[in-house]
Amino acid sequence: MISAPPVELCGIGTRFGRHWVLRGVDLTVQRGELLALVGGSGSGKTTILRQIVGLLAPTEGEIKLFGESLHDGGRDELAARRRRFGMLFQHGALFSALNVFDNIAFPLREMHCLPESEIRDLVFTKLGMVEIDRDAAWRMPAELSGGMIKRIALARALALDPELLLLDEPTAGLDPDRSAAFVTLIRTLHQALNLTVVFVTHDLDTLSALANRLAVLDEGRILVTGSLDEVVQVDHPFIQRFFLSERSMHALRRGKGTD
Amino acid sequence: MPERAKPTLARTEQGLRLAGCWTLATLTRAPQGLRAAIAQAPREAVWDLQAVVALDTYGALLLWRAWKRAIPASSSIPPEYLALFERLNQHVAEVPAARPKRDPFAWVAATGVLAMTFASHLASFVALLGQLVIECLYVLRTPRRIPWLEISANLHKAGVRAMPVTALVAFLIGVVLSYLFALQLKRFGAEAFIVDVLGIGVIRELGPVLVAVLVAGRSGSAMTAQLGTMRVTEEIDALATMGVPRHLRLVLPKVVALGIAMPLLVTWTCAIALAGGMIAAYFELGLDFQFFIANLPRAVPLPNLGIAISKGVVFGMTIALVACHFGLRVEPNTESLSGNTTRSVVAAITLVILLDAVFALATRNVGLGGG
Repeated sequence: MISAPPVELCGIGTRFGRHWVLRGVDLTVQRGELLALVGGSGSGKTTILRQIVGLLAPTEGEIKLFGESLHDGGRDELAARRRRFGMLFQHGALFSALNVFDNIAFPLREMHCLPESEIRDLVFTKLGMVEIDRDAAWRMPAELSGGMIKRIALARALALDPELLLLDEPTAGLDPDRSAAFVTLIRTLHQALNLTVVFVTHDLDTLSALANRLAVLDEGRILVTGSLDEVVQVDHPFIQRFFLSERSMHALRRGKGTD
Repeated sequence: MPERAKPTLARTEQGLRLAGCWTLATLTRAPQGLRAAIAQAPREAVWDLQAVVALDTYGALLLWRAWKRAIPASSSIPPEYLALFERLNQHVAEVPAARPKRDPFAWVAATGVLAMTFASHLASFVALLGQLVIECLYVLRTPRRIPWLEISANLHKAGVRAMPVTALVAFLIGVVLSYLFALQLKRFGAEAFIVDVLGIGVIRELGPVLVAVLVAGRSGSAMTAQLGTMRVTEEIDALATMGVPRHLRLVLPKVVALGIAMPLLVTWTCAIALAGGMIAAYFELGLDFQFFIANLPRAVPLPNLGIAISKGVVFGMTIALVACHFGLRVEPNTESLSGNTTRSVVAAITLVILLDAVFALATRNVGLGGG
């Protein structure tokens, strides 16, 4: 089956005020990839992620999702395209007014055509997939730990069976144990659901354990894309500092160990 | 695109043959007949899924429900879809977990919770008052610790910037009241008494309460939201770890500032309202401005001004205290922030009206005897 790549960025440039955050970014994400956007703070990785989902509009260039421009078509087509991807926000962004069940059911109910009994079965399936106990379904987000919030937010992002999953700092704020478990969970789901995953991180453990391709950003442009082994070969001061310092090497080895 | 292929169901000699794309996106657009056909199809039939292009959790769930939660032995399912059904088998129980039942005696517990919440509000309000008294005593002993900057900033925000809106509201209310009174007084030929009615009404009652309602809505809610946001972002904890007492730096300036700003705003509002009333009286009754102003001191004895100003002080401090009380109770989530802001405004206005009644009782023999 030949189909368009899930994400295509052509010549993206973004300006905040007079400062160019991104300039001339080209990136294609193929189906089934686990792509990590890597870069220092302020290198524009989160900006790219937010542009892919349409929260920010680039100053120049074009973004295509599944071969179609993000803002093409009428209301229904836009909605249909939005259902093909899910996003996990850094702090989960669960709706604090709704309990866990209603949070996951929210995107399903927004379809306005599913009977409640099917929604219930789907919600519990998703909860099971992220390994959350079904008793937790009636709790409010304020009563949950950070790790559970991330898992439930992931279940919500997966509620509509998206083909593309975007993760913003998936392991930020989790302890090493939880973080490793969360990475394993994402890997499992990636395989089970044939997902394409794009994520932003600056945690090297997560990076080496999860990504099968990297795009390294520095000063608003993509330095290099490729596998971790290819990337570390590149001779560039940022890559040297980021990947080849004593601490980084240690973290990378540890990450690979959990592979 | 192959992923958009319509889901179809065909009857063959052996049983049912499924084809196309069985996903949430396509199934929700498929005709209702398809779902009914699946639901009615016999479980024992041969289900042939070999021609299905795509199947997602929702598509699998539809089939799963039709199959009464077990894969029929006679089915033919491509191996890549088996994992989906396996997941459903694992996570969708025969008797799904229902929402916890409503307890018929929940109202008893709710009443108890309500009483306990009230008690806890009362306790923390008293604690806040006590803490404030301690801070006041401390500040009086070490005057260089008085947070002048914060007090003046609050004075500006809650006082000076409230002047236009209070003036506008006061002027309009003055005009409307004066017009209404004029209509009534004309029937008795007692036009001159409009000065008495307006003077006493506005200065003694309406001015202070009007300003209190406006300030509670404008500055009280802002104070609660500010403290609440600071709690959510842990700024208050950061202050505490630096050894800065939050009551001294955050609560005291607000209470002092509103205690100073409110009487001034009350005076300002009363003046504008009376001016509005005066203009309306001129047009409606032909009462000239000089007469109105000359008669005001006779109609409104000095103690009334004292009452208005002391009401302003008390109402202002009450609003600030209530706002800080609710602001400090905010828990780190959006629900709590919005809930406490609402409660802060409602509680402040209610309390102000209660206090106004207390004032009315305590001062019933003051400032009304003249004339």
